[in-house]
Amino acid sequence: MAYDSFNILKSTAVPLTIENVDTDQIIPARFLKATERVGFGDNLFRDWRYNPDSTPKGDFVLNNPVYKGKILVGGKNFGSGSSREHAAWAIYDYGFRCVVSSFFADIFRNNCLNIGVLPVQVSAGFLEKIFAAIYHDPDTELEVNLPEQTISILSTGDKESFDINSYKKSNMLNGFDDIDYLLNIQSDIEEFAKKLPL
Amino acid sequence: MSKTLFDKVWDAHVVHKIEGGPDVLFIDRHLIHEVTSPVAFLGLRNRGIKVLYPERTFATADHNTPTINQHLPVEDPLSANQLKALEQNTAAYGIRHWGLGHNKNGIVHVIGPENGITQPGATIVCGDSHTSTHGAFGAIAFGIGTSEVEMVLSTQCIMQPKAKKMRITINGSLGKGVLPKDVALFIISKLTTSGATGYFVEYAGSVFEQMSMEGRMTVCNLSIEMGARGGMIAPDQTTFDYIQGREFSPKGADWDNVMAYWKTLKTDDDAVFDKELSFDGSEIEPMITYGTNPGMGIGITHEIPDAKQVEGGVATYEKSLGYMGFHEGDQMIGKKIDYVFLGSCTNGRIEDFRAFASLVKGKRKAEDVIVWLVPGSHIVEQQIKEEGLLNILTEAGFTLRQPGCSACLAMNDDKIPAGKYAVSTSNRNFEGRQGPGSRTLLASPLVAAAAAITGKVTDPRTLIQ
Repeated sequence: MAYDSFNILKSTAVPLTIENVDTDQIIPARFLKATERVGFGDNLFRDWRYNPDSTPKGDFVLNNPVYKGKILVGGKNFGSGSSREHAAWAIYDYGFRCVVSSFFADIFRNNCLNIGVLPVQVSAGFLEKIFAAIYHDPDTELEVNLPEQTISILSTGDKESFDINSYKKSNMLNGFDDIDYLLNIQSDIEEFAKKLPL
Repeated sequence: MSKTLFDKVWDAHVVHKIEGGPDVLFIDRHLIHEVTSPVAFLGLRNRGIKVLYPERTFATADHNTPTINQHLPVEDPLSANQLKALEQNTAAYGIRHWGLGHNKNGIVHVIGPENGITQPGATIVCGDSHTSTHGAFGAIAFGIGTSEVEMVLSTQCIMQPKAKKMRITINGSLGKGVLPKDVALFIISKLTTSGATGYFVEYAGSVFEQMSMEGRMTVCNLSIEMGARGGMIAPDQTTFDYIQGREFSPKGADWDNVMAYWKTLKTDDDAVFDKELSFDGSEIEPMITYGTNPGMGIGITHEIPDAKQVEGGVATYEKSLGYMGFHEGDQMIGKKIDYVFLGSCTNGRIEDFRAFASLVKGKRKAEDVIVWLVPGSHIVEQQIKEEGLLNILTEAGFTLRQPGCSACLAMNDDKIPAGKYAVSTSNRNFEGRQGPGSRTLLASPLVAAAAAITGKVTDPRTLIQ
């Protein structure tokens, strides 16, 4: 088992309404110098979260104790830019298990799925409802049900279904990763390689 | 059945199809660097598995290497540690490594093509989003995460669903002073930073057919900045001429065999794309960005648009202009510049230095501007010297640094200070990308040269004889 399995997650959520959040914001490049996967959560959203002298910026949502939980809700086009998996690691290490947005950048989405953070893409309208519900009551809980592929706002009863391919869904439910699968078909891969022109 | 170029290359590499899931895709060439590989090697050790085909992986140190005094030990202990880890990991697993000081060292997306590693019809991945660069050769090339780096090391495969297909056609001819970088920034400004997400893009039309390989690499490099998985251009005689004779290119009978295959690598006439866009090349001006993502670009003579003219939320737009210290309706021309950066996997090739040198020849660097000229590799650096460009640059008051990613992502000491403005030939103008608080204006090597001479945003066409 390569990472925690994911089934049903019920949690309050942290709202980050800004759009086009790129992975340089999620984790700036100067924090990519580790050779192990530890401690990235400390620098999640580093330059939005801390002043240059390392004091917290009061107006950033992660510094507002009212908002907490295992779900991060982001504006449209979340995770654009650099392919650094460190962005997904930082989100995981901080304590998030699910990111919700109306649109995800491809590589970021893949990276999340590969480490056990569930990216949930909802409609723009549903995203607005989630933000509104959280701003109305920060203790609003969301329920992300992976087996049924639904996300609900428990206080309002609003519910929407989301897509995930059946292979990745099974991996997430069981905590398996792609290498487990690939190692099982290694002899097929080696046969395939013999026939390639390059 | 009719196929696109992308279909042909992708389908030829599918080892397995999983119903309702991703394809298992075989990877021909794997490029690695010091930042996104160490945790992948750690994964191999934890699982107790080996690298399946070490000869298919090529390593270089580029992201956090210094660009001066490369003969001295790297001062930053964390950077030094990553460089050492790459050296040890590649030695342990028998992977070719062109580390700091090696005569083939350079930016991963510069050294692949210039050594003939990048070839048409290949699948190429790297833990770096600008891997899309290699699509210029008719390869399928894209960036991957570290988990996938581990997959490729251990099994030479990744698992991904096939992307949708988009074709962007630009016919007509480009105007004076308009470079491939402008073409790319123009496309991104039209599509926005997420307009091609979910797609693999093929660039077609006379503008790309007439482009050099360096220009095609610049365009494909920036595909990721509109969200695309990658971009590609059908290989043609320009491509074959570039590759022939390079160290890792096929030789003799192998060359003839592979050429027969490479010549089939083009989209069939009646193949269908999920989306088609076309633009007129003569409409493209020298471009410049004014905001904090690469989609926020305009022709250099234009004014910064009003929030209501652009797609997306007003709050996000205002945050972006606030960060840049700009206002709706501002003219870009005349804005004062503090730094100029020529380099990166986007514009760190010989042609970029030729363009820069052509404009500054016989002029002087502006006194109050700091200019970093960083070649993409030692081979580019050598070429700059051999072609006499270094003399031109030196006479105009510039110095040349040593190769690396440098101020594109500021992992080394090449950081733009907070609040300062940089005209940069790199690929991203995100908040803090070039150093905490830095303000980036993305542009072509000619626009960079014009800024380096005048100290402000200047239309390079006014300086070209």
